[in-house]
Amino acid sequence: MDVMPKWAEVILVPLISLLLAAILSAIVILAIGEDPIAALKLMIDGALGSSYGWGYTLYYATNFIFTGLAVSIAFHARMFNIGGEGQAMIGGLGVALVCLYLPWPHWSIALIAGAIASAIFGAAWAAIPAYLQAKRGSHIVITTIMFNFIAAALLNYLLIGALKKPGSMEPATGKFPEATHLPNMHEILGTFGIEFSKAAPANISFFVAVLACFAVWALIWKTKLGYEIRAFGHSESAAKYAGISPTKIIMVSMLISGALAGMMAINNVQGEAERLVLNAVEGAGFIGIAVALMGRSHPFGVFVAALLFGFLYQGGAELALWTKIPREMIVVIQALVILFTGALDNMVRMPLERMFLALRRNKGGAA
Amino acid sequence: MDLLTILQVLDSTVRLATPLLLACLAGLYSERAGIFDIGLEGKMLAAAFLSAAVAFVTGSAWVGLMAGIGASLVLSVIHGLASITFRGNQLISGVAINFLAAGITVVVAQSWFGQGGRTPQLSGDGRFNPITLPFAEAMQNLPIIGPIYYELISGHTMLVYIALLMVPLTWWVLFSTRFGLRLRAVGENPAAVDTAGVSVNGLRYAAVIICGVLCGIAGAYLATALQAGFVKDMSAGRGFIALAALIFAKWRPWHALYACLLFGFLQALALRPDVIQGVLGFKVNGQLLDVLPYILTVIILAGFVGKAVPPRAGGEPYVKER
Repeated sequence: MDVMPKWAEVILVPLISLLLAAILSAIVILAIGEDPIAALKLMIDGALGSSYGWGYTLYYATNFIFTGLAVSIAFHARMFNIGGEGQAMIGGLGVALVCLYLPWPHWSIALIAGAIASAIFGAAWAAIPAYLQAKRGSHIVITTIMFNFIAAALLNYLLIGALKKPGSMEPATGKFPEATHLPNMHEILGTFGIEFSKAAPANISFFVAVLACFAVWALIWKTKLGYEIRAFGHSESAAKYAGISPTKIIMVSMLISGALAGMMAINNVQGEAERLVLNAVEGAGFIGIAVALMGRSHPFGVFVAALLFGFLYQGGAELALWTKIPREMIVVIQALVILFTGALDNMVRMPLERMFLALRRNKGGAA
Repeated sequence: MDLLTILQVLDSTVRLATPLLLACLAGLYSERAGIFDIGLEGKMLAAAFLSAAVAFVTGSAWVGLMAGIGASLVLSVIHGLASITFRGNQLISGVAINFLAAGITVVVAQSWFGQGGRTPQLSGDGRFNPITLPFAEAMQNLPIIGPIYYELISGHTMLVYIALLMVPLTWWVLFSTRFGLRLRAVGENPAAVDTAGVSVNGLRYAAVIICGVLCGIAGAYLATALQAGFVKDMSAGRGFIALAALIFAKWRPWHALYACLLFGFLQALALRPDVIQGVLGFKVNGQLLDVLPYILTVIILAGFVGKAVPPRAGGEPYVKER
């Protein structure tokens, strides 16, 4: 029997964790001599007060939806994919190769090609750690961390070598051809007569990310494979007894996870930068961990948490612009969210469970 | 290539291996007690910042060291609370600690010093300065032994010698004391330790605290000995290389020393491309040397070169049976 009602589990626990993270963040802001209320107002205004702000918020959210879904799917199989960062980097490599070296007639086909390439490259980067976990028992957390570093070095090597634009000093590829450029929100919403900022980077990939949410939801809760992944995550021995192959589940869930992380590249590489630069991922792979934890590994939760982190990112950039609060404040908030929703989950949960038990006992006594 | 060049490379090997060694031994205590710690990086970073900040204000590297250890201990206690008391996920806690340190060091540094997230340059007693060992100068002119003693063995900071002494000390504590036996037992089979009437949580907290102290020294070394002040993200993945070294060493102290020296040697080589070219006759890509520790760790983890078996109860919170 569950101690807590479902609504408390799904809404109350994350909300309290979030509140704790917010209070501590406010204390940090106070401690460095700034006003947390004013900071919050500035963040809301900067991230949500204009279509320009929204454009950035949605752009960041798109990245975080992909990486959050990636971490979630691995969580369902009780695996911790810390390698989203590296997988997204290599996904970017896939997009860059496809956009630079193949001719595309229209952006729609280029988008599909980019999505497929980034997914394949991301999945490939997750495949080796997954194989080593499944066949050799090497801890996936350590191997995926190592693969993040290896991915960064590989990109570094390629961007100052083979892929660098000839004659340029900057470690980046040349601009992708015009035909691969994705329509941004300004163009999409413009066809419906809605005004949207031209400068903001949000683009059609946002809708791909939303589609990915539905696809992951259907996969996890509506298919046999999803059932097997969840069963494996709950109890490996029971899953084995039921004839589910651990190797298959580890491989498949990690490949999907890597593919989702890689697909982030259609947003940041193909959609925004339109070329591959160093550090294109900007830590989005790690934010996926916070997003997945806050969203309780549910695609809808991931969507909401990704929007929240998109807001934090854009709001944080505004803070850095207008106040003395540096951009790294977002990293602190992100850390606190991971700490409270992930590691200290029981600290929030235990007193709540006790409270609900006491409530139920009182009711039982009265009846 | 002459002796002096070799000694220079080996000298920087020792200097670069020191923070790895301290962090690696820190992780060794923690993981031997069954607490995974991927937050070594964050603890080093926090210690690096606070030690540099306090050393700058007080002008004393030793006070800075204490402050650095304090900063690292705070994060250790958070990790202990999350993974021992509240039985949370140790890996997630480690991730949170890494981010917390990465963010808060810059936020506070900016607020205190306003220099774009760094501390002012340290000088004089604000840094740990090289120590010349006795007779080093007198022996300098002896053939071979003289330069080796003068260049390689003498002339490091106090913290380097402390780090090297920690290896036999750790070996002795873990394998020759009652505390060490219990610590290892708690990482392999906590239920047995509990049955013997020894507190599992107490031992694990002790391990986490020792880990914090060692990470604190490692961080202070980075900011007040290896370099002169704190800069953003100055730990630069060393916590993860230390973790790699720990696996490479299969959780054994002496092997940890060898692994850290090897990884330190790779880092030292990456700084001297001229030496590699001189020896091998062709250019070796610097990135390759940088990632070699990570690649080697993956190979070791894959079990192609011996098998790395972590402590059996690692990562699992202990729940007393009722």
